[in-house]
Amino acid sequence: MNNKIKKSIPQILTILFVILIFGFLTFNAQVNMDNRGIDFGFGFLKQEASFDIQFSLVEYDGLDPYWWAYVAALLNTLLVAVLGIIFCTILGVIVGVARLSSNYLIRNAAAWYVEFFRNIPLLLQIFFWYYAALRALPLPQDAEPLLGVSYLTIKGFYIPAMVWQNLNIFLYSLLLAIVAIFLIRFYAKKLQENEGKQLPVFYISLGLLLILPLLTFLVGNVSLSFELPVIKQLSVTSFTYVGGIGLPPELIALTLALSLYTATFVAECVRAGIQGISKGQKEAAASIGLTPNQILKLVVMPQALRIIIPPTTNQYLNLTKNSSLAAAIAYPDLVLVFAGTALMQTGKAIEIVSITMLTYLTLSLAIAALMNWYNKKIEIKEK
Amino acid sequence: MLKLIKQFTSFAAMVVMLFAFTTETMAAKKSKTLKNTQKKGFVRCGVSQGLPGFSNADASGNWTGVDVDVCRAVAAAVLGDASKVKFTPLSAKERFTALTSGEIDILSRNTTWTLSRDADIGLTFVGVNFYDGQGFMVRKSSGITSTSQFKDGISACTNLGTTTELNMRDFFNSKGISYTPVTFEKADEVVAAYDAGRCDTYTTDKSGLAAQRIKLSAPDDHVVLPETISKEPLGPVVRQGDAVWEDIVRWSLNTMIEAEEYGITSANADSMKTSDNPAIKRLVGAEGEMGAAFGLDNEWNLRIIKQVGNYGESYKRNIADTGILPDRGPNELWTKGGILYVPPSR
Repeated sequence: MNNKIKKSIPQILTILFVILIFGFLTFNAQVNMDNRGIDFGFGFLKQEASFDIQFSLVEYDGLDPYWWAYVAALLNTLLVAVLGIIFCTILGVIVGVARLSSNYLIRNAAAWYVEFFRNIPLLLQIFFWYYAALRALPLPQDAEPLLGVSYLTIKGFYIPAMVWQNLNIFLYSLLLAIVAIFLIRFYAKKLQENEGKQLPVFYISLGLLLILPLLTFLVGNVSLSFELPVIKQLSVTSFTYVGGIGLPPELIALTLALSLYTATFVAECVRAGIQGISKGQKEAAASIGLTPNQILKLVVMPQALRIIIPPTTNQYLNLTKNSSLAAAIAYPDLVLVFAGTALMQTGKAIEIVSITMLTYLTLSLAIAALMNWYNKKIEIKEK
Repeated sequence: MLKLIKQFTSFAAMVVMLFAFTTETMAAKKSKTLKNTQKKGFVRCGVSQGLPGFSNADASGNWTGVDVDVCRAVAAAVLGDASKVKFTPLSAKERFTALTSGEIDILSRNTTWTLSRDADIGLTFVGVNFYDGQGFMVRKSSGITSTSQFKDGISACTNLGTTTELNMRDFFNSKGISYTPVTFEKADEVVAAYDAGRCDTYTTDKSGLAAQRIKLSAPDDHVVLPETISKEPLGPVVRQGDAVWEDIVRWSLNTMIEAEEYGITSANADSMKTSDNPAIKRLVGAEGEMGAAFGLDNEWNLRIIKQVGNYGESYKRNIADTGILPDRGPNELWTKGGILYVPPSR
C-alpha cells in the first residue's frame, strides 16, 4: 500500500502540473483577448460564409454557413489523403518488391527512385509538380483527346461523367454480391476444416461480383450513359470544357507529389517486411507441398505484414498531415479554406486553429485505430 | 485565491507606476504603445511580402512604398528619425493576428477598411492612404475589353483571405455567371499561375494588378479592365484600446496629406516656418501646441514633412515614377478633383 502511494505521487504531481500549465495558458489567452476586445465563441460557425470554393465533393455555395464550408474543405482533405494512401501503397509495394528483384536494372532503378524522392523536401516537390505541370500541359483548345473522351489540360483533367438510371438497384445488387461472397468464404473455410475440401473461392467471388450487377442491367432497368466534356469558347483565345467531371490540376499535382514521396517510405517498409522473413520458412512451406502462390499467401505475407503495418501506418499519418501543404498550390483543403479564408473573414484565430488541430488529431487517431485493428487481426494468434 | 493574486498584482503595479512614471506626460502614461516604442527605439510595422509601390524591399533590404512611408512618418514623429522602423512582412492571413497579439504596433499593408474588420476583431482603422477598387486583368489576345464579356465557366485567380474573394463572389453572382475561384496564399504564386494560363483572369485591387503586372513574363500582353467592382479604401490599422497611439498614427498620415494641400514639401518645410498662413505655421510646428496632446514635442509634424515628405511626394516617388499608376485618380487632393480630404490640424 505504502509502495503504491509512493509510486503514484510523481504521477499525480505531473498531472497537476500539466493541468496548471494548461489552465494558465487558457487564463492568459482569456485575459489578453478581453483586453483587446476580442470575443471568444463558436457562434460564427452558423454565419453565412459568403466565399466560394474552387471545387468540393458536396454541394457548397457561399450562402452556406461556415460549418458547411468546413465540411466541404474537410472532404477535400480526405479525398487527397485517400487517393494518396491508395496510390502510395500500390507504388510502394511494387517498388519495395522491385528493390529485392534479382534483375540488376530493376533493383537499382527502384533504389534510385527511393533515394531521389525521399531526400527532397515535399513542399519543393509539390511546387515542382504543380508548376511543371502547368507549364507542360496544353491549353484547353490545344489538348489532344485521351481515348477519345478525356482531355488533360492546364485547367484540369476533364473526364466523362457517369449518368445512372436506377442507380440504387445496381448498388443493392453490388451489396448483395459482397454479402454472398462473405457467406461463401465462411462456408469454404468450414468445409476445409471439416472435410479438407477446397473451393475455388476466388473465381466464385469474381463471378458473383460480375454477374449480379450485370443482371440488373438486363432485368432491373438500370442503364448507364456517359456525359462527355465539351469544349467551350470563353473569349477569342480562352477556352474551357463543360460537362463531364473536371479534376483540378491542383488535386492532380498534390496527389502525385504526396504519392511519389510517401511511396518511397512505404517501399522501404515493404522491403524490410519481406527481408524480415527467414528463408527457412519458405523452404519449410515448400517441403510440405505448398505452391509458390500459397507460400506467399499463407506463409510469407501474414508474417511480413506484421512487420510492414506499424511503420506503414506512420507513413499514412504523415501523408494525411502533409496534405495540409495543399494551401501552397491553391488546392482547397482544410488549411486553405478553413484555417485560411474562414479565419481571415471571421478573425476567430484561436477557435479556428483549435478546430483545425482537433480535426487533424482526430483524423490521425482514426487512421491509427483502423491500422491497429487490422494489425491485431493479422497478428499470430497463439492457440 | 486567483482574484486575490490578481488584485494584489494590480495594486503592486499601480504603486510601481505611481513612483516610476510621475515625470512622464499624461499622454505617454496613457499610451503603452508609445512608451514601449520610445523605450525600444523603433516603430514595429507590419507590411506586405512585396507589393511594388506600397511596401516592397529592394535587394539590400530597404523598404519603400506609400504604406512604408506611413510607418516612417510615425517614426519621425515619435522617435525623431524616419529610418527607425522595424518592418515585418506579413501574409494576408497573418496580418491581423500579428497586430492583435502585439507583434507589431502598426499594420500598414494595403488593408481594406470594412465594418466587420473595424468592429469585430480588436482593430481600429485610422484613415485611408489609398483609395482603391477591385478590378480584373485579362490577356489582351482574349479580346475581352469589359467584364460584360465574361462567360460561364471562367476561372479567376486571386489571393487568399482578402475582401477580394467576397467581392468576386458578389460580382459574379449578381451577373449570374458561374466561375471557378483559384485561391493562392501568396501573390507571387497567383502571378505564376495566371502567367502560365491556369486562369482566364486575375482579380485583386487595381493598384495590386498594376503592380503585379510588372512581374508577368510579358506585361504588355495583359490589360486591366476599366470596371471597378468594389470600394477598397486601404489604410493603416492599429490595435483597439490605445487611443493616443491611434491618434498619433492618424495625424501622422493626415499631416502628410495636409502638407501637400498647403504646398509644404520636404525641401521647403523649414522656410515655411515664417509663412503668413497660420495653418501652414501650425503644420511645421511654428504655432500652437500641436504635439502636446500626444505627448510629443511641437515639431513632430515638421519632422514628418522633412524626412518623409508630403503625400504627393510619397505618391510620386513610389507609385507614379515607378510606372505603376501614373494617374492619381481618386487619390488626388479634393482641391484638384480627387477625394483626399483630411480634417484640419488645429
